[in-house]
Amino acid sequence: MFGKLTLEAVPFDEPIIMVTVAAIVLGGLGITGAITYFKKWGYLWREWITSIDHKKLGIMYFIVALVMLLRGFADAIMMRSQLAMASAGAEGFLPPSHYDQIFTAHGVIMIFFVAMPMVIGLMNLVVPLQIGARDVAFPFLNNLSFWLFAAGVVLVNVSLFVGEFAKTGWLAYAPLSGLDYSPGVGVDYWIWALQISGIGTTLTGINFFVTILKMRTKGMTLFRMPIFTWTSLCANILIIASFPILTATIALLTLDRYLGMHFFTTDLGGNMMMYVNLIWAWGHPEVYILILPAFGVFSEVIATFAKKRLFGYNTMVWATVAITFLSFIVWLHHFFTMGAGANVNAFFGIMTMIIAIPTGVKIFNWLFTMYRGRLEFTSPVLWTLGFIITFTIGGMTGVMLSVPAANFVLHNSLFVIAHFHNVIIGGVVFGMLAGLTYWFPKAFGFTLNEKWGKRSFWCWIIGFYVAFMPLYVLSFFGAVRRMQSYANPEWQPLMLVAWVGALIIAAGIACTVIQFYVSIRDRKLNLDVTGDPWDGRTLEWATSSPAPYYNFAHLPEVKGVDDFWTAKQANGGVPPLSEPPYQDIHMPKNTWEGPVMALFATIAGFALVWHIWWLVALGGLGVFATFIARVFNDDVDYYVPAAEVERIEREHRQSLKQKGDLAYSTRLGVQA
Amino acid sequence: MSRTPSLRKLGGLLLAVLPLLLAGCSSALLDPKGQIGEEQRTLILTAFGLMQIVVVPVIVMTLLFAWRYRRSNRDATYQPDWAHSNKIEAVVWLIPCVIIAFLAVLTWYTSHSLDPHKPIAADDGEEPMVIEAVSLDWKWLFIYPEQGIATVNELAFPEDTPVRFRVTSGSVMNSFFIPRLGSQIYAMAGMDNDVHLIADEQGTYPGRSTNYSGAGFSDMTFDAHVGSEEDFDAWVTKVRESSESLTFPEEYYELAAPSEDTEIQYFSEVSPSLYESIIKSFHAGGDHEERVSKYADSYAEGFGHGGGHHESTESHGKPMSAEAAE
Amino acid sequence: MATDTLSNHGHAHGHDHDHHDTAGTKIFGFWVYLMSDLVIFGSLFATYAVLLQGTAGGPTPGEIFELPFILVETFLLLFSSFTYGMAVLSMNANQAAKVGRWLWITFALGTAFVAMEIYEFQHLIHEGFGPDRSGFLSAFFTLVGTHGLHVTFGLIWILVMILQVKQQGLTDVTRPRIMCLSLFWHFLDIVWICVFSFVYLMGVL
Repeated sequence: MFGKLTLEAVPFDEPIIMVTVAAIVLGGLGITGAITYFKKWGYLWREWITSIDHKKLGIMYFIVALVMLLRGFADAIMMRSQLAMASAGAEGFLPPSHYDQIFTAHGVIMIFFVAMPMVIGLMNLVVPLQIGARDVAFPFLNNLSFWLFAAGVVLVNVSLFVGEFAKTGWLAYAPLSGLDYSPGVGVDYWIWALQISGIGTTLTGINFFVTILKMRTKGMTLFRMPIFTWTSLCANILIIASFPILTATIALLTLDRYLGMHFFTTDLGGNMMMYVNLIWAWGHPEVYILILPAFGVFSEVIATFAKKRLFGYNTMVWATVAITFLSFIVWLHHFFTMGAGANVNAFFGIMTMIIAIPTGVKIFNWLFTMYRGRLEFTSPVLWTLGFIITFTIGGMTGVMLSVPAANFVLHNSLFVIAHFHNVIIGGVVFGMLAGLTYWFPKAFGFTLNEKWGKRSFWCWIIGFYVAFMPLYVLSFFGAVRRMQSYANPEWQPLMLVAWVGALIIAAGIACTVIQFYVSIRDRKLNLDVTGDPWDGRTLEWATSSPAPYYNFAHLPEVKGVDDFWTAKQANGGVPPLSEPPYQDIHMPKNTWEGPVMALFATIAGFALVWHIWWLVALGGLGVFATFIARVFNDDVDYYVPAAEVERIEREHRQSLKQKGDLAYSTRLGVQA
Repeated sequence: MSRTPSLRKLGGLLLAVLPLLLAGCSSALLDPKGQIGEEQRTLILTAFGLMQIVVVPVIVMTLLFAWRYRRSNRDATYQPDWAHSNKIEAVVWLIPCVIIAFLAVLTWYTSHSLDPHKPIAADDGEEPMVIEAVSLDWKWLFIYPEQGIATVNELAFPEDTPVRFRVTSGSVMNSFFIPRLGSQIYAMAGMDNDVHLIADEQGTYPGRSTNYSGAGFSDMTFDAHVGSEEDFDAWVTKVRESSESLTFPEEYYELAAPSEDTEIQYFSEVSPSLYESIIKSFHAGGDHEERVSKYADSYAEGFGHGGGHHESTESHGKPMSAEAAE
Repeated sequence: MATDTLSNHGHAHGHDHDHHDTAGTKIFGFWVYLMSDLVIFGSLFATYAVLLQGTAGGPTPGEIFELPFILVETFLLLFSSFTYGMAVLSMNANQAAKVGRWLWITFALGTAFVAMEIYEFQHLIHEGFGPDRSGFLSAFFTLVGTHGLHVTFGLIWILVMILQVKQQGLTDVTRPRIMCLSLFWHFLDIVWICVFSFVYLMGVL
C-alpha cells in the first residue's frame, strides 16, 4: 500500500533532526493558525498563490530563497562545527551517515534552492520592468515554473524527516549514486526534487528568453537594453541549452535506479565517466547562469550610485556574450584527474583561462565607471566593492585550478571549496544581496534600512575571509573536501578559525533578518514616493513604487541607453509623469492550474521516492488532467478599464505632490 | 632530471615572498618530496605570481577609485557622460590577453611535461617499478606484481626510483593521491589508469583518496614508506612472512566487502594477474554482479551500517539482468 | 503566420499593442522549447554513441535490428508528416472540417507507428534483450523510447486539437496551437530520421 514507506522512515533516534522537525512543525502550525485566524487564506490564494504577476512571483522566489538560505546555512554551521571538533581520532557530533547527508544537502540547497531562486526572482522582478513590458511572454508558465520549483523545495525538506537525503555529494556522481552503492531513498529524493524544479527552471528560461526578445517596448533595441537584462538574456540562453542536459542525465540515473538499466553502472556496459561528463556539461554553464545576472546587478548599481554612465557598454555586452559561449567548452576542467590525454587537458585548461579575459575586462569596466563619478557608499555599493575585490581573488584561484598540471594536486582539496565559495559568495551572494537592496523599494514601496544592511555586509565579507582563507591554506597541507574527520591535529587550529568565520557570516545573516524587521517597522519613514529612490537610469524607475500590476500606464518609448536618465536630464532632473488620456490595458488573469499542477507533481515525486505506485499514477493523472483543464480554459485574460488606470495614476501623482519635492531637492543638490 | 630550470628559479623567487604561513615545512604541496611535486609547486607559484600583475592593481584601483570619487569629494572630476575610451579599452583587453597567453603556453607545456601517464626518465634508463593500487570500500589494496605480494593501506618503495602506479577501483570512483609526491589520478572500476611518481627523499608520506566515496571515505588513508633499496627489500621480506594470501575471486571479494578504518594487512601470496582480473570483473557478461550477489551478505552489512533506518538492501538484486547474463 | 488577424478582440476603442500570448510569440516560444528538447535528444544520442560498445556480451545492434520493419515504421511517420501538412493547408484555407479529417488520418498513422514500436520493444524484451541487459540496450531503449513517448504525447495533443477544432472552430486560440503541434510533429519526424540513420541504418551496416 505504501511502497517502501514505513514508520521507521522517520528518524526518531536523531535528536538534531527531531528538534528541527518539531520547530518546523510548530512554526508551520503557527503560521497556518495565524492565516486562518486573520482569515487570510482567500487573500493568499487570490493575490499570491494564483498570481501571474511577475513582480509577486519574484518576491515569492526571494522569500523561499531566504528561508532556504537559513536551512542551507544551518547545514554549513554544522559542517564547520564538526570539522572544528573531529580532529585526530575525535569523531565529532555527526557520524558519516549524517554528515554526508548534510554536505550533500548544503550544496544542493545553496545552488538549486537559494542561488537559483534569487537569480530567477530578481529576473522576474526586474526584467519586464527594464524592457518596458506589462508582463512576461507566458504568464501562466511563469506561475507554473515557480510552483514546480516550490515542489522541489518541499521534497528536499520532506527528506529531512521522512527517510533521508542523498549521501553522495551535491552532483550525485555515479556509480556512488547508483542502486548498488546507495540503496536508500536519499538519491531518489535528490532525483525528484531536482527533476521537478529543473523542469520549472527550463520553462523559466524559455519564458524569459522569449520575453526579452519579443516583449521589448518601442525603441528598446537589443543594444539599448540595460546590462541586467542583457546578462539575464544570456543566463536564460544558458538555461535553455544546459538544463535539458540535466533533465536527461537525471532521467538516465532514474532509469538505472528504477528499471535496472546500465547507463552509469560499473558493470554490464555502463559508463560512469559519461555521468561525470554529462553532469558537468550542465554544471559548468550553471555557474554562469548564477554569476551573469549578478554581474548585471553590479553594473546597474555602480552606474546608478556613481551617477555616471556605465563605462564601455558595448564591451560589457560582448564580454557577457563571450562568457556565455565559452562556458560550454570548459566542462572537463572539473575532472582533469580522470586521466584524459595531455592535449585534451591542455585544451580545456586554456579555454577555461580564456574566460578570465572577458571577466577581467568587465572588472576594469566597473572600475572605470567609478572613475570620474560621484560614488555614494550605499550598501549596494559596498556589496559591489566587496565583490570586485573578492571575486578577483576567486578568479585568480580559479585560473590556478584551470592549469591541469597544478590541478593534479589541488583537485578535490579544500582549495576547490575555498575557490568556489570565493566566487559564489563574493559573486552571486553579494550580487543578490546588492540586487535585493537595490530593487526592494520597487517591489514594496519603501527602502531597506541602510545601517543594518551595511552591518550585514561587513559581517559577510569579514566572515567570508575568516572562514575560507584557512581552507586555501589547509589545502596545501593535503586536506581534502567531504572529510567527516581527519587524523592530523595540525589542521585543527585553522579549522577552528574557519568555524569562527562561519559564525561571523551567521551574524551577517542575522543582520539581514533584523534589517527586514527594522525596515518594515519603519516603513513610513523610508517610503519611496517618487518610484525612483536612487535617481536611477533605467525604465524600472520610471513607474511608481511598488509598481502597479500593469507596470506602466503608457508603455514608454526608448531612444537610447539609460533613456530614463536622459529623459530626467531633459526635464530638469525630475522624471516626466504619465498624463491622461489612458487606454484599456490587456492583462492576463490569475491561474489556479499552476499551483494545482505543482501540487500533484509533488505528490507524484514523493510517491516515486517511496515506490507507492498507485499514488504515482494519481499524481501523474492529476498533473495531466489539470493541464488539459488549462488547455480548455478560455477565460485567461481581461482588460483593465482606462478609468481604473487613471484612478491609480492620479493617486500616485497626488502622493508625489505631497511628499515628492523633498526627495527631488536633495537629489538635485548632488548634481550641482 | 629537472625539465624546467628557468621556471624553477622564478618559482624560488616567488616562494621567498609568499606568506610564511604557507611556506612552513609541514605544508605538503609547498614542501614536496619528489620531482613531480616540485615542478607542480613551481607551476602553482608561477601562475600565482603572474596573476598578481592583474590582481594587485585591481584591488588597489578599487579602493583608490572608490575613495577618490566618493560623493562628498567635490575636488574630483565629475564627468557623468564619459563612458568610452578606446585607449583604456585597448589596455584592459590587452593586459588580460597577454597574461593569459603566457599562462596558456605554460599550461600547454606543463600539461605535457607533467602528464600523469608520462613515464619519468630514470637515470639508468631502467623501466619504472610497477605498483597496482585498487580502491575498495573503504581501503586501498596495493599489489606488487613483480614481488608477488599485496598489502592493504600500506605502501613502500625505494627512493629515487620512478614508480608507475596503475590505478583502478573495485567499487565506486576514488582518487589516488600522495600530496608530498604530486599528481593524483582517479580510480575507476573496470578502467586501468596510471600515474608516474617518484620520491627524492626518504620518509613516510601520508596518502589518501581525495574523491568522496561513501561512509568510510574519511579514513581511506595510507602511509607511503620511502626508504633505501635495503629498507624496501626488508619490507618485502616482512610482507612475505605473512600467512595471509589473496586469491581471486574468493579471498578478493571477501576483502572487497565494505569496511571502515581498516587495519594494515599483508598478503604474502596473490593470484597472478589479480589486478587484471579485478578490472575484467566489471567487463562483459556481468561477472562482477554475480560475484557481488554471491558475497551479498557481507556487502549488505557494509552498506547497511550507519545507513540509519532502512532495510532497502533487498533492492540490490536485479533478477532480469542476472538471468540474462547466464 | 496569421498574427495580424489575431489581435482583434472586438473592442471598439484602441489600446496599446501589448497583447500577451499573441500567436507570433507563442509560436516563437514553442520553437525555443523545441530547441531545448533537441538538447535532450542530443544528450541521448551522445549517450547512445558512447554506450554502443557496451554490449557486455549481449547482442550487438546488427543482431537485433530488422531493417524492413523499421522502414515501414519510418514511412508511417513520414507520411503522417505529410498528412499533417495537409491539415495545416486546410486550416489556412479555413476549412475546419477538413482539418479534422486530416488530423484523424495523422492520428491513425502515428498510432500505427507507436504500436509497431511497442511491438518491437516487446519482442526484444521477450527474447531476453531488455533494457537492463546491457548499457547498449539501455541507451537504445531510452533513445527510441523517448522519441516514442514524444509521439504518444503528440497523439494526445492531436486528439485535443480535433476536439477543440470541432467545438470552437478555427479561432485565435486553436490556430496557433495547430501551428505549434505542426512544428512538434515535423520536429519528431526529423528526430526520427536521425534515429533511423544513426541507430538502425548504421547499426545494421
